[in-house]
Amino acid sequence: MHYDVPSGERGVSIEMNAKAAAENTDPAIQFQDVTYGPDGSVPRTIVNNIRFSVASGQTLVLLGRSGSGKTTLLRLINRLLVPTSGQVIVRGRPTTDWDPIRLRRGIGYVIQDAGLFPHFTVAQNIALVPSLEKWDATRTTARVSELLLLVGLEPAQYCHRRPHELSGGQRQRVGVARALAADPAILLMDEPFGALDPVTRAELQREFSALARRLGKTIVFVTHDLREALLLASRIILLENGRIIADASPQEFPRIDHPEVQAFTACLTPLPGALA
Amino acid sequence: MTPWTFFLEHHAEILEATANHLTLVIIAMAFAVAIGVPLGMLIVHRPTLRNLSLGLASIFQTIPSLALFGFLIPIPFIGGIGRRTAIVALVLYALLPILRNTYVGLTGIDTAVLEAAEAMGMTQSQILWRVRLPLARAVILAGIRTATIITIGVATIAAAIGAGGLGTFIFRGVAMVSDAVILAGAIPAALLAIAADLLLGLLERRLKIS
Repeated sequence: MHYDVPSGERGVSIEMNAKAAAENTDPAIQFQDVTYGPDGSVPRTIVNNIRFSVASGQTLVLLGRSGSGKTTLLRLINRLLVPTSGQVIVRGRPTTDWDPIRLRRGIGYVIQDAGLFPHFTVAQNIALVPSLEKWDATRTTARVSELLLLVGLEPAQYCHRRPHELSGGQRQRVGVARALAADPAILLMDEPFGALDPVTRAELQREFSALARRLGKTIVFVTHDLREALLLASRIILLENGRIIADASPQEFPRIDHPEVQAFTACLTPLPGALA
Repeated sequence: MTPWTFFLEHHAEILEATANHLTLVIIAMAFAVAIGVPLGMLIVHRPTLRNLSLGLASIFQTIPSLALFGFLIPIPFIGGIGRRTAIVALVLYALLPILRNTYVGLTGIDTAVLEAAEAMGMTQSQILWRVRLPLARAVILAGIRTATIITIGVATIAAAIGAGGLGTFIFRGVAMVSDAVILAGAIPAALLAIAADLLLGLLERRLKIS
Protein backbone atom coordinates (compact mmCIF):
# COMPACT_ATOMS: atom_id res chain seq x y z
CA MET A 1 0.00 0.00 0.00
CA HIS A 2 2.79 2.36 0.93
CA TYR A 3 5.68 1.41 -1.31
CA ASP A 4 4.81 3.94 -4.01
CA VAL A 5 4.83 6.90 -1.63
CA PRO A 6 8.09 8.86 -1.94
CA SER A 7 9.93 9.06 1.39
CA GLY A 8 9.79 12.87 1.49
CA GLU A 9 6.01 12.97 1.73
CA ARG A 10 5.87 10.44 4.51
CA GLY A 11 7.54 12.82 6.97
CA VAL A 12 4.88 15.42 6.23
CA SER A 13 2.04 13.01 6.83
CA ILE A 14 3.44 12.12 10.26
CA GLU A 15 3.56 15.76 11.32
CA MET A 16 -0.04 16.18 10.14
CA ASN A 17 -1.17 13.14 12.11
CA ALA A 18 0.46 14.65 15.14
CA LYS A 19 -1.41 17.92 14.72
CA ALA A 20 -4.69 16.13 14.20
CA ALA A 21 -4.08 14.12 17.37
CA ALA A 22 -3.28 17.27 19.35
CA GLU A 23 -6.55 18.89 18.32
CA ASN A 24 -8.62 15.88 19.32
CA THR A 25 -10.41 16.79 22.56
CA ASP A 26 -11.27 13.26 23.77
CA PRO A 27 -8.93 12.16 26.53
CA ALA A 28 -6.33 9.71 25.25
CA ILE A 29 -6.06 7.93 28.61
CA GLN A 30 -8.46 7.81 31.55
CA PHE A 31 -7.96 6.20 34.95
CA GLN A 32 -11.32 5.49 36.56
CA ASP A 33 -10.93 4.69 40.28
CA VAL A 34 -8.07 2.33 39.58
CA THR A 35 -6.67 0.20 42.37
CA TYR A 36 -3.93 -2.31 41.79
CA GLY A 37 -2.40 -4.86 44.13
CA PRO A 38 -0.25 -7.83 43.24
CA ASP A 39 -2.18 -11.10 42.75
CA GLY A 40 -5.41 -9.13 42.95
CA SER A 41 -5.08 -8.75 46.72
CA VAL A 42 -6.62 -5.49 47.86
CA PRO A 43 -4.93 -5.25 51.30
CA ARG A 44 -1.44 -4.89 49.78
CA THR A 45 -2.21 -2.33 47.10
CA ILE A 46 0.43 -0.47 45.15
CA VAL A 47 -1.87 2.20 43.76
CA ASN A 48 -5.17 3.27 45.28
CA ASN A 49 -8.31 4.83 43.82
CA ILE A 50 -6.50 6.62 41.06
CA ARG A 51 -8.64 8.90 38.93
CA PHE A 52 -7.29 11.24 36.26
CA SER A 53 -7.33 11.64 32.53
CA VAL A 54 -4.73 12.67 30.00
CA ALA A 55 -5.80 14.86 27.08
CA SER A 56 -4.49 14.07 23.61
CA GLY A 57 -1.22 15.81 22.93
CA GLN A 58 -0.54 16.46 26.60
CA THR A 59 2.75 15.62 28.30
CA LEU A 60 1.83 14.31 31.72
CA VAL A 61 4.65 13.76 34.19
CA LEU A 62 4.08 11.28 37.01
CA LEU A 63 6.36 12.45 39.78
CA GLY A 64 7.15 10.63 42.99
CA ARG A 65 9.73 8.88 45.12
CA SER A 66 10.80 5.31 44.44
CA GLY A 67 7.94 2.97 45.30
CA SER A 68 5.25 5.64 45.05
CA GLY A 69 3.49 3.65 42.31
CA LYS A 70 4.31 5.74 39.24
CA THR A 71 5.76 2.87 37.19
CA THR A 72 2.75 0.75 38.14
CA LEU A 73 0.44 3.41 36.65
CA LEU A 74 2.49 3.38 33.46
CA ARG A 75 2.31 -0.40 33.19
CA LEU A 76 -1.46 -0.28 33.68
CA ILE A 77 -1.77 1.85 30.55
CA ASN A 78 -0.29 -0.70 28.12
CA ARG A 79 -1.79 -3.62 30.02
CA LEU A 80 1.46 -5.03 31.30
CA LEU A 81 -0.70 -4.94 34.44
CA VAL A 82 -4.46 -5.20 34.79
CA PRO A 83 -6.32 -3.18 37.48
CA THR A 84 -7.57 -5.07 40.53
CA SER A 85 -10.57 -2.77 40.47
CA GLY A 86 -11.64 0.17 38.32
CA GLN A 87 -10.57 0.53 34.72
CA VAL A 88 -8.03 2.24 32.53
CA ILE A 89 -9.49 3.56 29.30
CA VAL A 90 -7.11 4.01 26.41
CA ARG A 91 -8.35 5.63 23.20
CA GLY A 92 -11.95 5.09 24.18
CA ARG A 93 -11.77 1.46 25.32
CA PRO A 94 -10.91 -0.19 28.64
CA THR A 95 -7.51 -1.92 28.44
CA THR A 96 -9.20 -5.20 29.36
CA ASP A 97 -11.29 -4.97 26.17
CA TRP A 98 -8.22 -4.43 24.01
CA ASP A 99 -6.23 -7.24 22.48
CA PRO A 100 -3.03 -6.56 24.48
CA ILE A 101 -0.82 -7.01 21.41
CA ARG A 102 -2.78 -4.46 19.34
CA LEU A 103 -2.95 -2.06 22.26
CA ARG A 104 0.82 -2.19 22.85
CA ARG A 105 1.76 -1.82 19.18
CA GLY A 106 -0.05 1.52 19.24
CA ILE A 107 1.83 2.73 22.32
CA GLY A 108 5.53 3.59 22.32
CA TYR A 109 7.51 2.52 25.39
CA VAL A 110 10.88 3.78 26.56
CA ILE A 111 12.57 2.48 29.72
CA GLN A 112 15.59 3.40 31.77
CA ASP A 113 18.17 0.99 30.36
CA ALA A 114 16.60 1.36 26.88
CA GLY A 115 16.15 -2.43 26.79
CA LEU A 116 17.60 -2.61 23.29
CA PHE A 117 18.00 -6.11 21.89
CA PRO A 118 21.74 -6.85 22.10
CA HIS A 119 21.62 -9.28 19.15
CA PHE A 120 19.99 -6.73 16.83
CA THR A 121 21.65 -3.83 15.04
CA VAL A 122 20.43 -0.29 15.69
CA ALA A 123 18.36 -0.46 12.49
CA GLN A 124 16.79 -3.80 13.45
CA ASN A 125 15.99 -2.49 16.93
CA ILE A 126 14.22 0.56 15.54
CA ALA A 127 12.43 -1.55 12.93
CA LEU A 128 11.03 -3.94 15.54
CA VAL A 129 7.38 -2.89 15.47
CA PRO A 130 7.40 -2.25 11.69
CA SER A 131 8.77 -5.78 11.21
CA LEU A 132 6.06 -7.20 13.49
CA GLU A 133 3.52 -5.23 11.47
CA LYS A 134 5.09 -6.62 8.27
CA TRP A 135 5.99 -3.34 6.60
CA ASP A 136 7.86 -3.79 3.32
CA ALA A 137 11.63 -3.26 3.29
CA THR A 138 11.66 0.09 1.44
CA ARG A 139 9.21 1.70 3.80
CA THR A 140 11.01 0.30 6.86
CA THR A 141 14.45 1.47 5.72
CA ALA A 142 13.15 4.95 4.98
CA ARG A 143 11.43 5.11 8.36
CA VAL A 144 14.57 3.98 10.22
CA SER A 145 16.68 6.69 8.56
CA GLU A 146 14.03 9.30 9.22
CA LEU A 147 13.88 8.35 12.92
CA LEU A 148 17.66 8.25 13.37
CA LEU A 149 17.86 11.79 12.01
CA LEU A 150 14.99 12.79 14.28
CA VAL A 151 16.91 11.66 17.39
CA GLY A 152 20.15 13.21 16.15
CA LEU A 153 22.09 10.16 14.94
CA GLU A 154 23.60 9.95 11.43
CA PRO A 155 21.86 6.94 9.79
CA ALA A 156 24.83 5.79 7.68
CA GLN A 157 27.07 5.85 10.71
CA TYR A 158 24.79 4.13 13.25
CA CYS A 159 22.47 1.81 11.31
CA HIS A 160 24.70 -1.24 11.49
CA ARG A 161 26.08 -0.80 14.99
CA ARG A 162 25.08 -3.02 17.85
CA PRO A 163 23.83 -1.61 21.15
CA HIS A 164 27.09 -2.45 22.96
CA GLU A 165 28.94 -0.20 20.50
CA LEU A 166 26.91 2.84 21.60
CA SER A 167 27.23 5.21 24.55
CA GLY A 168 24.43 5.34 27.13
CA GLY A 169 23.02 8.51 25.61
CA GLN A 170 23.08 7.06 22.10
CA ARG A 171 21.35 3.88 23.33
CA GLN A 172 18.61 6.01 24.84
CA ARG A 173 18.22 7.95 21.57
CA VAL A 174 17.79 4.65 19.76
CA GLY A 175 15.27 3.61 22.44
CA VAL A 176 13.22 6.74 21.68
CA ALA A 177 13.47 6.12 17.93
CA ARG A 178 12.32 2.52 18.41
CA ALA A 179 9.31 3.66 20.44
CA LEU A 180 8.32 6.13 17.71
CA ALA A 181 8.79 3.67 14.83
CA ALA A 182 5.17 2.88 14.06
CA ASP A 183 4.08 6.45 14.83
CA PRO A 184 2.08 5.60 17.98
CA ALA A 185 -0.35 8.19 19.32
CA ILE A 186 0.80 7.56 22.90
CA LEU A 187 4.32 7.42 24.29
CA LEU A 188 5.11 5.96 27.72
CA MET A 189 8.48 6.78 29.24
CA ASP A 190 9.80 5.29 32.47
CA GLU A 191 12.72 7.39 33.74
CA PRO A 192 14.28 7.23 30.28
CA PHE A 193 17.17 9.52 31.16
CA GLY A 194 17.66 8.29 34.73
CA ALA A 195 20.80 6.24 34.13
CA LEU A 196 22.70 8.87 32.14
CA ASP A 197 25.47 11.15 33.36
CA PRO A 198 24.19 14.66 34.26
CA VAL A 199 25.60 16.38 31.18
CA THR A 200 24.19 13.86 28.71
CA ARG A 201 20.94 13.81 30.64
CA ALA A 202 20.51 17.60 30.34
CA GLU A 203 21.33 17.38 26.64
CA LEU A 204 18.75 14.67 25.99
CA GLN A 205 16.11 16.40 28.14
CA ARG A 206 16.43 19.61 26.11
CA GLU A 207 16.34 17.80 22.79
CA PHE A 208 13.47 15.59 23.84
CA SER A 209 11.42 18.51 25.09
CA ALA A 210 11.73 20.15 21.66
CA LEU A 211 10.95 16.86 19.93
CA ALA A 212 7.89 16.24 22.09
CA ARG A 213 6.52 19.68 21.29
CA ARG A 214 7.00 19.06 17.58
CA LEU A 215 5.46 15.57 17.51
CA GLY A 216 2.38 16.50 19.53
CA LYS A 217 2.01 12.99 20.95
CA THR A 218 0.30 12.11 24.19
CA ILE A 219 3.18 11.41 26.55
CA VAL A 220 3.14 9.93 30.04
CA PHE A 221 6.54 10.40 31.58
CA VAL A 222 7.67 8.89 34.89
CA THR A 223 10.44 10.55 36.88
CA HIS A 224 11.60 11.37 40.40
CA ASP A 225 13.38 14.49 39.19
CA LEU A 226 11.30 17.68 39.61
CA ARG A 227 13.69 19.66 37.39
CA GLU A 228 13.01 17.20 34.57
CA ALA A 229 9.26 17.34 35.29
CA LEU A 230 9.20 21.15 35.11
CA LEU A 231 11.11 21.12 31.83
CA LEU A 232 8.95 18.56 30.03
CA ALA A 233 5.50 18.58 31.55
CA SER A 234 2.35 20.30 30.47
CA ARG A 235 0.96 18.84 33.69
CA ILE A 236 2.45 17.20 36.78
CA ILE A 237 0.84 14.58 39.00
CA LEU A 238 2.61 13.88 42.28
CA LEU A 239 2.20 10.45 43.84
CA GLU A 240 2.87 9.35 47.38
CA ASN A 241 2.28 5.78 48.59
CA GLY A 242 0.08 4.97 45.61
CA ARG A 243 -2.16 8.01 45.91
CA ILE A 244 -2.35 11.24 43.97
CA ILE A 245 -1.51 14.17 46.24
CA ALA A 246 -1.10 16.94 43.68
CA ASP A 247 -2.20 17.54 40.11
CA ALA A 248 -1.13 20.86 38.62
CA SER A 249 0.54 22.68 35.77
CA PRO A 250 4.31 23.16 36.07
CA GLN A 251 3.67 26.86 36.82
CA GLU A 252 1.34 26.16 39.73
CA PHE A 253 3.05 23.06 41.05
CA PRO A 254 5.91 24.59 43.12
CA ARG A 255 3.44 26.84 44.97
CA ILE A 256 1.28 23.98 46.25
CA ASP A 257 1.23 23.87 50.03
CA HIS A 258 1.84 20.21 50.79
CA PRO A 259 4.85 18.72 52.63
CA GLU A 260 5.62 16.24 49.83
CA VAL A 261 5.53 19.01 47.19
CA GLN A 262 7.78 21.11 49.39
CA ALA A 263 10.12 18.14 49.79
CA PHE A 264 10.48 18.00 46.04
CA THR A 265 10.86 21.75 45.50
CA ALA A 266 13.50 21.83 48.25
CA CYS A 267 15.69 19.73 45.93
CA LEU A 268 15.59 22.54 43.36
CA THR A 269 17.13 25.14 45.64
CA PRO A 270 20.70 25.82 44.54
CA LEU A 271 23.58 25.11 46.91
CA PRO A 272 23.97 27.95 49.49
CA GLY A 273 27.22 29.26 47.99
CA ALA A 274 25.77 29.36 44.47
CA LEU A 275 22.80 31.59 45.34
CA ALA A 276 22.79 34.56 43.04
CA MET B 1 53.50 -55.84 25.70
CA THR B 2 53.68 -52.02 25.66
CA PRO B 3 50.59 -49.96 24.81
CA TRP B 4 52.41 -48.75 21.72
CA THR B 5 53.03 -52.24 20.26
CA PHE B 6 49.44 -53.25 21.08
CA PHE B 7 48.21 -50.16 19.31
CA LEU B 8 50.34 -50.89 16.21
CA GLU B 9 49.14 -54.49 16.03
CA HIS B 10 45.47 -53.66 16.54
CA HIS B 11 45.17 -50.23 14.95
CA ALA B 12 42.47 -51.27 12.46
CA GLU B 13 40.36 -52.74 15.25
CA ILE B 14 40.87 -49.68 17.46
CA LEU B 15 39.96 -47.35 14.63
CA GLU B 16 36.76 -49.30 13.98
CA ALA B 17 35.86 -49.19 17.67
CA THR B 18 36.50 -45.44 17.70
CA ALA B 19 34.16 -45.01 14.72
CA ASN B 20 31.52 -47.13 16.48
CA HIS B 21 31.96 -45.11 19.64
CA LEU B 22 31.59 -41.84 17.79
CA THR B 23 28.46 -43.09 15.99
CA LEU B 24 26.93 -44.09 19.30
CA VAL B 25 27.67 -40.64 20.76
CA ILE B 26 26.41 -38.73 17.72
CA ILE B 27 23.12 -40.66 17.54
CA ALA B 28 22.52 -40.30 21.27
CA MET B 29 23.36 -36.58 21.21
CA ALA B 30 21.07 -35.98 18.23
CA PHE B 31 18.17 -37.49 20.17
CA ALA B 32 19.11 -35.69 23.38
CA VAL B 33 19.26 -32.30 21.63
CA ALA B 34 16.04 -33.01 19.73
CA ILE B 35 14.28 -33.72 23.02
CA GLY B 36 16.13 -31.44 25.44
CA VAL B 37 16.05 -28.11 23.56
CA PRO B 38 12.34 -28.11 22.61
CA LEU B 39 11.44 -29.35 26.08
CA GLY B 40 13.55 -26.55 27.57
CA MET B 41 11.61 -24.04 25.44
CA LEU B 42 8.32 -25.59 26.44
CA ILE B 43 8.95 -25.33 30.20
CA VAL B 44 9.71 -21.58 30.18
CA HIS B 45 6.04 -20.77 30.81
CA ARG B 46 4.90 -24.11 32.33
CA PRO B 47 6.01 -24.48 35.95
CA THR B 48 4.43 -27.92 36.54
CA LEU B 49 6.03 -29.47 33.49
CA ARG B 50 9.26 -27.68 34.39
CA ASN B 51 9.52 -29.25 37.85
CA LEU B 52 8.52 -32.63 36.51
CA SER B 53 10.97 -32.74 33.61
CA LEU B 54 13.91 -31.17 35.44
CA GLY B 55 13.28 -33.51 38.39
CA LEU B 56 13.07 -36.57 36.18
CA ALA B 57 16.19 -35.63 34.22
CA SER B 58 18.06 -35.13 37.51
CA ILE B 59 16.98 -38.56 38.72
CA PHE B 60 18.33 -40.22 35.55
CA GLN B 61 21.59 -38.42 36.11
CA THR B 62 21.94 -39.81 39.65
CA ILE B 63 21.55 -43.45 38.60
CA PRO B 64 25.03 -44.98 38.22
CA SER B 65 25.58 -45.48 34.51
CA LEU B 66 26.27 -49.22 34.69
CA ALA B 67 23.06 -49.70 36.71
CA LEU B 68 21.07 -47.63 34.19
CA PHE B 69 22.25 -49.87 31.34
CA GLY B 70 21.30 -52.88 33.47
CA PHE B 71 17.84 -51.56 34.32
CA LEU B 72 17.01 -50.98 30.65
CA ILE B 73 17.80 -54.52 29.46
CA PRO B 74 14.50 -56.12 30.57
CA ILE B 75 12.30 -53.25 29.32
CA PRO B 76 10.38 -54.20 26.17
CA PHE B 77 10.97 -52.29 22.88
CA ILE B 78 13.70 -50.01 24.16
CA GLY B 79 15.62 -52.66 26.14
CA GLY B 80 17.55 -55.78 25.29
CA ILE B 81 21.21 -56.29 24.53
CA GLY B 82 22.95 -54.04 22.06
CA ARG B 83 23.18 -50.61 20.60
CA ARG B 84 19.57 -49.49 20.91
CA THR B 85 19.49 -49.91 24.67
CA ALA B 86 22.82 -48.13 24.97
CA ILE B 87 21.52 -45.15 23.00
CA VAL B 88 18.43 -44.88 25.19
CA ALA B 89 20.58 -44.82 28.30
CA LEU B 90 22.97 -42.27 26.83
CA VAL B 91 20.07 -40.00 25.85
CA LEU B 92 18.66 -40.14 29.39
CA TYR B 93 22.10 -39.26 30.70
CA ALA B 94 22.69 -36.35 28.32
CA LEU B 95 19.26 -34.83 28.86
CA LEU B 96 19.84 -32.94 32.11
CA PRO B 97 22.68 -30.61 31.04
CA ILE B 98 20.90 -29.77 27.78
CA LEU B 99 17.50 -29.26 29.36
CA ARG B 100 18.83 -27.24 32.28
CA ASN B 101 21.05 -24.99 30.17
CA THR B 102 18.25 -24.39 27.66
CA TYR B 103 15.93 -23.35 30.47
CA VAL B 104 18.53 -21.24 32.26
CA GLY B 105 19.62 -19.60 28.99
CA LEU B 106 16.07 -18.73 27.98
CA THR B 107 15.11 -17.33 31.37
CA GLY B 108 18.37 -15.62 32.34
CA ILE B 109 17.87 -12.71 29.95
CA ASP B 110 18.12 -9.06 30.96
CA THR B 111 14.68 -8.13 32.33
CA ALA B 112 14.78 -4.72 30.59
CA VAL B 113 15.06 -6.50 27.23
CA LEU B 114 12.13 -8.79 28.01
CA GLU B 115 10.03 -5.93 29.36
CA ALA B 116 10.70 -3.87 26.23
CA ALA B 117 9.83 -6.85 24.02
CA GLU B 118 6.51 -7.38 25.78
CA ALA B 119 5.67 -3.68 25.89
CA MET B 120 6.38 -3.29 22.16
CA GLY B 121 3.61 -5.79 21.47
CA MET B 122 5.54 -8.97 20.79
CA THR B 123 3.61 -12.18 21.48
CA GLN B 124 5.12 -14.75 23.87
CA SER B 125 6.08 -16.97 20.94
CA GLN B 126 7.72 -14.05 19.11
CA ILE B 127 9.66 -13.24 22.27
CA LEU B 128 10.73 -16.88 22.55
CA TRP B 129 11.90 -17.26 18.95
CA ARG B 130 13.23 -13.80 18.20
CA VAL B 131 14.59 -12.68 21.56
CA ARG B 132 15.08 -15.48 24.07
CA LEU B 133 16.42 -18.15 21.73
CA PRO B 134 19.04 -16.04 19.92
CA LEU B 135 20.23 -14.61 23.25
CA ALA B 136 20.36 -18.07 24.89
CA ARG B 137 22.16 -19.95 22.14
CA ALA B 138 25.65 -19.75 23.69
CA VAL B 139 24.32 -21.07 27.03
CA ILE B 140 22.39 -23.84 25.25
CA LEU B 141 25.52 -24.83 23.33
CA ALA B 142 27.47 -24.93 26.60
CA GLY B 143 24.94 -27.50 27.84
CA ILE B 144 25.33 -29.53 24.66
CA ARG B 145 29.10 -29.40 25.11
CA THR B 146 28.91 -30.72 28.68
CA ALA B 147 26.48 -33.42 27.61
CA THR B 148 28.73 -34.50 24.73
CA ILE B 149 31.74 -34.94 27.00
CA ILE B 150 29.67 -36.92 29.52
CA THR B 151 28.27 -39.09 26.74
CA ILE B 152 31.71 -39.87 25.30
CA GLY B 153 32.78 -41.12 28.73
CA VAL B 154 29.61 -43.00 29.63
CA ALA B 155 29.50 -44.62 26.17
CA THR B 156 32.57 -46.70 27.13
CA ILE B 157 30.34 -48.53 29.62
CA ALA B 158 27.88 -49.36 26.84
CA ALA B 159 30.25 -52.16 25.84
CA ALA B 160 29.04 -54.00 28.95
CA ILE B 161 25.67 -54.56 27.28
CA GLY B 162 27.15 -55.43 23.91
CA ALA B 163 26.92 -52.04 22.22
CA GLY B 164 30.54 -52.03 21.05
CA GLY B 165 32.69 -48.92 20.98
CA LEU B 166 35.93 -48.17 22.79
CA GLY B 167 34.63 -49.71 26.02
CA THR B 168 35.23 -53.12 24.42
CA PHE B 169 38.98 -52.66 24.91
CA ILE B 170 38.58 -51.35 28.43
CA PHE B 171 36.46 -54.30 29.57
CA ARG B 172 38.75 -56.75 27.77
CA GLY B 173 41.81 -55.12 29.34
CA VAL B 174 40.27 -55.32 32.81
CA ALA B 175 39.54 -59.03 32.27
CA MET B 176 43.08 -59.66 30.95
CA VAL B 177 44.65 -57.43 33.62
CA SER B 178 46.44 -55.61 30.79
CA ASP B 179 47.09 -51.88 31.01
CA ALA B 180 48.00 -51.82 27.33
CA VAL B 181 44.57 -53.08 26.30
CA ILE B 182 42.75 -50.74 28.72
CA LEU B 183 44.71 -47.79 27.33
CA ALA B 184 43.86 -48.80 23.76
CA GLY B 185 40.25 -47.95 24.68
CA ALA B 186 40.85 -45.18 27.21
CA ILE B 187 43.25 -43.01 25.23
CA PRO B 188 41.09 -42.67 22.07
CA ALA B 189 38.06 -41.99 24.29
CA ALA B 190 39.95 -39.23 26.10
CA LEU B 191 41.14 -37.77 22.81
CA LEU B 192 37.56 -37.77 21.47
CA ALA B 193 36.39 -35.92 24.58
CA ILE B 194 39.15 -33.32 24.29
CA ALA B 195 38.48 -32.79 20.59
CA ALA B 196 34.72 -32.39 21.19
CA ASP B 197 35.39 -29.96 24.04
CA LEU B 198 37.69 -27.78 21.94
CA LEU B 199 35.46 -27.80 18.89
CA LEU B 200 32.24 -26.99 20.71
CA GLY B 201 34.07 -24.48 22.90
CA LEU B 202 35.17 -22.66 19.78
CA LEU B 203 31.62 -22.59 18.43
CA GLU B 204 30.30 -21.39 21.79
CA ARG B 205 32.65 -18.41 21.80
CA ARG B 206 31.51 -17.48 18.31
CA LEU B 207 27.86 -17.53 19.35
CA LYS B 208 28.38 -15.35 22.39
CA ILE B 209 26.77 -11.91 22.13
CA SER B 210 28.39 -8.99 23.88
